[in-house]
Amino acid sequence: MKMLMAGSGALFVFYVLVHMYGNLKIFAGVDAFNEYAEHLRTLFTPFLPYAGFLWLFRVLLIAALVAHAWSAFYLWSRARSARTTRYVAKAAARATVKSKMMRWGGVALLLFLVWHLLQFTIVKFNVGSLPAEGNPGLLVISSFQVWWVVLIYLLALVALGLHLYHGVWSATQTLGWAGNAAARRRAKTLGTVIALVTSVGFALPPLAILFGLVKGS
Amino acid sequence: MNLTLKIWRQSGPKAKGEMVTYPVTDISEDMSFLEMLDVLNEQLNARGEEPIAFDSDCREGICGMCGLMISGKAHGPEVTTTCQLHMRSFSDGDEITIEPWRADAFPVIKDLVVDRGSFDRIIQAGGFISANTGSAPEAHSVPVPKPKADRAFMAAACIGCGACVAACPNASGMLFMGAKITHLGELPQGQPERDARVVNMVTQHDHEGFGGCTNIGECSSACPKEIPLDVINQLNKDLRGALMRGE
Amino acid sequence: MTTTSTTPSSPVPGLVHGVYAEGEPIRDTKAPAGPIDRRWNTRKFEASLVNPANRRKLSVIIVGTGLAGGAAAATLGEAGYQVKSFCYQDSPRRAHSIAAQGGINAAKNYKEDGDSVYRLFYDTVKGGDYRSRESNVYRLAEVSTNIIDQCVAQGVPFAREYGGLLDNRSFGGVQVSRTFYARGQTGQQLLIGAYQALERQVAAGTVEMFSRHEMLEVVVVDGQARGIIARDLVTGEIETHLADAVVLASGGYGNVFYLSTNAMGSNVTATWRAHRKGAHFANPCYTQIHPTCIPVAGEHQSKLTLMSESLRNDGRIWVPKNAADCEKDPRQIPEEDRDYYLERIYPSFGNLVPRDIASRQAKNVCDEGRGVGPKVGDFRRGVYLDFTDALKRMSAEAVAEKYGNLLDMYQRITGENPYEVPMRIYPAVHYTMGGLWVDYDLQSSIPGLFVTGEANFSDHGANRLGASALMQGLADGYFVLPHTIRDYLAKGPFPKLEESHEAVVEARASVDARVAKFLSINGDRSVDSFHKELGNIMWEFCGMERSEEGLLKAIDLIRGLRDEFWRNVKVLGSADTLNQSLEKAGRVADFLELGELMCIDALHRRESCGGHFRAESQTEDGEALRHDDEYAYVAAWEWGGQDGAPVLHKEDLVYEFVEMKQRSYK
Repeated sequence: MKMLMAGSGALFVFYVLVHMYGNLKIFAGVDAFNEYAEHLRTLFTPFLPYAGFLWLFRVLLIAALVAHAWSAFYLWSRARSARTTRYVAKAAARATVKSKMMRWGGVALLLFLVWHLLQFTIVKFNVGSLPAEGNPGLLVISSFQVWWVVLIYLLALVALGLHLYHGVWSATQTLGWAGNAAARRRAKTLGTVIALVTSVGFALPPLAILFGLVKGS
Repeated sequence: MNLTLKIWRQSGPKAKGEMVTYPVTDISEDMSFLEMLDVLNEQLNARGEEPIAFDSDCREGICGMCGLMISGKAHGPEVTTTCQLHMRSFSDGDEITIEPWRADAFPVIKDLVVDRGSFDRIIQAGGFISANTGSAPEAHSVPVPKPKADRAFMAAACIGCGACVAACPNASGMLFMGAKITHLGELPQGQPERDARVVNMVTQHDHEGFGGCTNIGECSSACPKEIPLDVINQLNKDLRGALMRGE
Repeated sequence: MTTTSTTPSSPVPGLVHGVYAEGEPIRDTKAPAGPIDRRWNTRKFEASLVNPANRRKLSVIIVGTGLAGGAAAATLGEAGYQVKSFCYQDSPRRAHSIAAQGGINAAKNYKEDGDSVYRLFYDTVKGGDYRSRESNVYRLAEVSTNIIDQCVAQGVPFAREYGGLLDNRSFGGVQVSRTFYARGQTGQQLLIGAYQALERQVAAGTVEMFSRHEMLEVVVVDGQARGIIARDLVTGEIETHLADAVVLASGGYGNVFYLSTNAMGSNVTATWRAHRKGAHFANPCYTQIHPTCIPVAGEHQSKLTLMSESLRNDGRIWVPKNAADCEKDPRQIPEEDRDYYLERIYPSFGNLVPRDIASRQAKNVCDEGRGVGPKVGDFRRGVYLDFTDALKRMSAEAVAEKYGNLLDMYQRITGENPYEVPMRIYPAVHYTMGGLWVDYDLQSSIPGLFVTGEANFSDHGANRLGASALMQGLADGYFVLPHTIRDYLAKGPFPKLEESHEAVVEARASVDARVAKFLSINGDRSVDSFHKELGNIMWEFCGMERSEEGLLKAIDLIRGLRDEFWRNVKVLGSADTLNQSLEKAGRVADFLELGELMCIDALHRRESCGGHFRAESQTEDGEALRHDDEYAYVAAWEWGGQDGAPVLHKEDLVYEFVEMKQRSYK
């Protein structure tokens, strides 16, 4: 169960890194970004039909998401039933914000994911002012010119960073890759680096757009 | 010093419990925490109230029988067992909450006494090396590298008190189990049963109703013998290997 | 119940000292004759065998899950007998063997320093002050080597050298290195080994485990032990368990002193109930008092904590020369005003004199009014154990490396930093060499009732050497009892016994009545207050130094206290739940009877030997003086009935191989 959690989590780590790399293309201009978006759909064509790889990848991600959320729910409900009478007083000796936030942070991320997909993948509604019909790059820029959209994203990124920080370390532990002090330090460092890189990497485009460093035209 | 104690009272396994407040006065800082409770019990007895039931035996920190949740911390504010905690760790006027270990795998028997039979059943599932009496080869026939022997000893220091479970937000018994897996797994004598051991112990652990580990680390912080978190890593590694080898 | 009011001052005609009678001596202990190194093999060969198919029809009850009981239960389970194992703790892993720190002796001679089975045998007989049986001790030394093999195979993580081989140290003033250890937690590691072997048999279905159960009576039918009556401490239910044989491995009775290094629950009930049913109690007065314990801090004290006596290797023991300095900060007392009394009295052994001598001298200086630390009662009970010189000589790091965990433990308990202020130590009751009398087969005077480990009297004589308790417990449990009980079980299965049998019903009724009695007295005093008072009497008059006058007084006081106990004890709660006061009441009631027998034994033995020091029997310089011509025997006491006097049976000790000598450490 926990290996499922760790395995699916690892896939997400890989995915968000790629996703972030893609996002950074916005700095190269709207066209480069659109080209990248298009390229995702033509990857491995004609071996696969148009957007075939993308869909394969999406199916994998959805499966991983279900596995991740389901194992999280399972662990949570198991913990609930493992202690049906609560403590009157309970002080944490070591539990950090990150580890305590895994569950609620996870739920928050799930909610955010729904919003995020609606906004950019499924409905592609545009809350901003630029004309962005059929142009993903412009849609991104248009959206992030709105301050509250950026705020939502920044909050989500904080949650993501914390989730990754504890998640990466936790996964190495669950998979038995942190058997000695040095390996444990490396796992912690890896967790920190991945958390920082992704949250900063993701935060750059929206902030740049909000402050007008990247414009639609 | 004078203190206010809020103590969980529960008359039997099925009874409903409640927190009851007891003021205690003239507590010496040289008393151990359990001696402070002894004093309270003597007073209760004199007043005709039934004394508070709590477990303790060796009172020197090794048998693992004692264990109280003291103001939300397993074994109280110091890294030690409840019996080795002394009143000098508290200040005059403190309010102290005292609860039993809380986990459905450790049901309350009475007041602060819980049943930790689930730990014994986890050991029964595989926490041993099968070596019938008299069948042992000469002790020096199998040398054990010192680092391995030392790590086995470190893990074997576990006293089975259950503080790890009590402190874990998931009420998981992984630190206890990881300690045994590491102790026996580090030694050459423990190899033949290594795969079966980890699988059977984990199965029993889950069956007993302990929660799953989410690598928070509260267990290791609460452990009076300072068993490190990496024994859980060892357990996971052994489990992964055993499952891959088809155990 | 107990209302004996006979006082020693009005002697009963026909009784010695007015307190005991003398019966027939014991002649046969079943030890084979012949060369000492052949005896155990002879006995094993002569013991009848039990067909493996018949073993599952034979049942054995084992009370106690320490090294002796846990090891025996595991071994008999492996052999295929039906075993029922009992302990009062919540798990068999808690038994007090777990608290032994130092190590376990074995004659492996891995250091090639001249050790041998014969030397371990010799050292143990000598260390026991020539009050143990040669045959038993030789067997103990002989099987000691198998113990290490067995424990290593179980995964006991003994200390190792860099080459991967087992490390040894010398311990307790012995000149060879034969002690195997696992840091300061040897007892814990050995017990966990036995516990795991036991749990393996529980899983295999050969052993049925009854934790949180206390044995309250032994069932004797037609002169044979056939079961026990036990109380389920959680539900309060009184249960009858019947079997073909019963083994008591219930440990020692040091808690008769209230304060001791024993666990809170350690008690004499199992062996005492057996004694009342006809098992002789041997040498009850032999008590080991350990010199290096943390002193009593106040009236609230519930137990005493031992620190390994290895501290005496580098620490120097002293008290102020002048009583006026006792309240001063020890660091302000100049060198010339300090009395390093062990170094002064015993220049060649200094601080490393045997346990009993170090203990008694500490008591002497405190009785002179030169003790240090807080006053408890009228005296300061403590002496300094000073590491100042060691810290100068070795550096703080080296001291920490060697003794760190002990010094930390001291600081945690006392709140004082031993790297800055000298530690305070005082002797405490640690081990009881006496116990139920057993023959060479570890069988008591009730056929079918076997006794192992600290609960029996057999192997340590009047004084136990360091690291020998673990050895004896495991020797009895793994290697001796399984062979000797086989010889007894081969006569079985015995006639099937019904719970309705008269003897079973009677045993059960007596337990019910006793429980009801405790709850009905509803007096003014708690069980603990009686226990503390008994402890004070025992410590004062039957502790490190005993005298005829004091012992007669103690017997009187104990009888009075026992009388009051049965009139005035207050036990609240009910019998049908967990009731810790009720549990304690039963234990203290038995201690109140045992205490008297200990005093009687101490009174009758008008010599000093090992852990028993009679003020009337000392040399001109105050050293212990044995009287081998009169007292070279085991004193086995028969229960004389509720209102009768105990009956003494002497078992002469014959030394064929070791010459009896007077100890000298000057």
